[in-house]
Amino acid sequence: MTTSHAEPVNDKLPHEPEKATLEGRNKLIAFWLFLGGETVLFGTLFATFLALRGQTNDGPTANELFHLPLVAAATFILLVSSLTSVFAIQAMHKGKRDALALWLGITVVLGIGFLALEIYEFYEYVKHKEFGMTTSAFSSAFYTLVGFHGAHVAFGIVWIGIIIGQLFKKGLTVVTAPKVYVSAMYWHFIDVVWVFIFTVVYLLGKVG
Amino acid sequence: MAHAHSVKRYRGLMDWITTVDHKKIAILYLVAGGFFFGIGGIEAILIRIQLMKPMNNFVSAQVFNELITMHGTTMIFLGVMPLIFAIMNAVVPLQIGARDVAFPFLNALGFWTFLFGGLLLNLSWVMGGAPDAGWTSYTPLSGSEYSGTHGVDFYTIGLQIAGLGTLIGGINFLATIITMRAPGMSYMRMPMFTWTTFITSAIILFAFPAITVGLVLLTFDRILGANFFDVAGGGNPVLWQHIFWIFGHPEVYILILPAFGIISEVIPTFSRKRLFGYSSMVFATILIAFLGFMVWAHHMFTTGLGNVANALFSISTMLIAVPTGIKIFNWLFTMWGGQIRFTAANLFAVGFVPTFVMGGVTGVMLASAPADFQFHDTYFVVAHFHYVIVGGLVLGLFSGLHYWWPKMFGRILSETLGKWTFWTFMIGFQLTFFVQHFLGLMGMQRRIVTYLPNQDFDLLNLVSSVGAFLMGVGVIMFLVNIVITMRKPAGAPNDPWEDGRTLEWSIPSPPPEYNFKQTPLVRGIDAYWKEKMAGHTEMTPAEPVGSIHMPSATPLPFVMSVGIFIAGLGLMFSKDEFGNAFMNVIFNNYIVVIIGLVITFGAMALRSLYDDHGWHIEPEDQDEKGART
Repeated sequence: MTTSHAEPVNDKLPHEPEKATLEGRNKLIAFWLFLGGETVLFGTLFATFLALRGQTNDGPTANELFHLPLVAAATFILLVSSLTSVFAIQAMHKGKRDALALWLGITVVLGIGFLALEIYEFYEYVKHKEFGMTTSAFSSAFYTLVGFHGAHVAFGIVWIGIIIGQLFKKGLTVVTAPKVYVSAMYWHFIDVVWVFIFTVVYLLGKVG
Repeated sequence: MAHAHSVKRYRGLMDWITTVDHKKIAILYLVAGGFFFGIGGIEAILIRIQLMKPMNNFVSAQVFNELITMHGTTMIFLGVMPLIFAIMNAVVPLQIGARDVAFPFLNALGFWTFLFGGLLLNLSWVMGGAPDAGWTSYTPLSGSEYSGTHGVDFYTIGLQIAGLGTLIGGINFLATIITMRAPGMSYMRMPMFTWTTFITSAIILFAFPAITVGLVLLTFDRILGANFFDVAGGGNPVLWQHIFWIFGHPEVYILILPAFGIISEVIPTFSRKRLFGYSSMVFATILIAFLGFMVWAHHMFTTGLGNVANALFSISTMLIAVPTGIKIFNWLFTMWGGQIRFTAANLFAVGFVPTFVMGGVTGVMLASAPADFQFHDTYFVVAHFHYVIVGGLVLGLFSGLHYWWPKMFGRILSETLGKWTFWTFMIGFQLTFFVQHFLGLMGMQRRIVTYLPNQDFDLLNLVSSVGAFLMGVGVIMFLVNIVITMRKPAGAPNDPWEDGRTLEWSIPSPPPEYNFKQTPLVRGIDAYWKEKMAGHTEMTPAEPVGSIHMPSATPLPFVMSVGIFIAGLGLMFSKDEFGNAFMNVIFNNYIVVIIGLVITFGAMALRSLYDDHGWHIEPEDQDEKGART
């Protein structure tokens, strides 16, 4: 990173600023717990999808619908965005605010790219394959599971965007650091869920 | 540094709307939960009036369906759960020696979303028909085909909003108990009520997201025309039952574990003995929570899961009797040889034990799959779960309220009236539900608006209804007790029962805003009792007297909940035809939904942009008494 040479480093910040205060530690623990609940939420959606994925009701089947190159591209983009969020946390631990903001910005841009591909995919299905929410139990389960994930991505984009704004307004402090950290945790979680969606929905849809 | 910025202090109603103090939120939960408990109770009385005699036509079949649905839904989600949260909020931070919960803002948000979800659900009575598909909302009965009014929409969206509040509360208590225990309070020194709150919160965390998804799927089926539970579109109605009960069974333990916790506090205090088998109590609680997730299909034996599934769920259900039995015997051994005082709180606690055992025994009977084919959907099931939930949880709540009332309000409830409350409620309860076992065994179905005469149902139904009225009298006596007590001056001592064992009894009643002037040092189980036995009158402090940091009051949680409420209403009516063109435009184009979400997310953005730095209470201001300024 060229920016990191000129950037002033916040030396007063503790090594792990996200855990420096009781509020920060509370936030981290509560967020781990929240992700436990989110796991049940997605688990239930996956169970629903698996129960209903064969119920196509004379509508399009998974095999007819899915175009793997597009989904693979989306997967690649999202996985890379997880990596960039790791770089963001590394920059934070070095006390470099600008590099942190930049890596978060790249993460957000990649998230937008992923979301755009997903919207395009849904649009194609509805417009050209006559595959909508009401088509079959399979379609309802597909749009609900993948759509819930997409809504999580959209929420993450807005959230991390606001945090970037906070970094410029308030700087990298023991107040902002836990927010950065939990938003990165959230982003990894979204990524892990997508890996399961890619496997259970798309790959299994193509071969099963 | 301390007075760097002025603190905005609200008064009157605004004080309650903006508060983030766990003790005031406890009172809000108590009032709101009590209100809904009253509504649920009135619904129960109306049900029992209808069933008082054969071929009665006091209410129509449709209204009867609405009454049984709303009675179950209201009591469980809006009555007893908030009352549990009231006691948890009032007691847990005090028991662990903390100054508040981990997230005071979220605590307020949890309360307001619960309240607005509950209000939305109950608006259904005046806005075109209450939900009528039973509290379990089984599909396809709850689908648009059989439930054409907005009733079930009120159910799905109202419960969704209220459930959000519960989940927030659960996460908050988990984080609070993990991080904010006073120095020296290891997990195995935590009071039992705090332990059960901890485990209950964990169950909430893992059970509520399942019902969240279930309610979303049902909403999508009804509003967006999805096909999850519609067989014609490839859906599967039994899927709803699986999702509902994977939440619904753990929910039973969300309700009963806090009652176990209350009983485990009250019985040792009024026996002047430490709780027998403390560590076995802890592990029994954890085991019950774990098994609670393993048994959901015992609600579904008759759906045709097959013998293997039925056998496995049958056995796992019966296993729960083991840790529960451990608890029962530990309570008995705690009383054994103790100096028992039968205060009102202890009467309810002691009355709890045999009543709950009866509920447990019928639970084992129902867990036997072949027998369940006979009991299913009869009054035997109704009797069983009311023994568990009323004879267990409601007795526990009464016990806890009598026990902690002085700590919450600084006033001791009248013991005489409390004992009258116990006897009327207890006798009424047994009259109501004991006979229902026999009604069920004789074949009377549940959820049925009436019955034919001369089938041996007449007398027992009359007895049951008379018992229900008597329970109503008991509740009214409790309310009278509250009114009389609240008119007296607040003068309860720190430790009004004189045998208080846990930390909450070491501070004034009601506690000051900051709870503990100095965080206490915990030196064993029953920390305060241990100090008293060592001849001390108060806890040894773990820190010097200093400036105490407090969170600021804020109206944002209220505003966010109003936004969610508006969005929920907007979504429900988004497909409706209104007589008025303006209404059509704003509802059919999701404009109302968007306005609601803008309010909520706008408040979230405000919260994010302006950090709450809180304020400080200086040592010279720390001798004022009372939570309310």
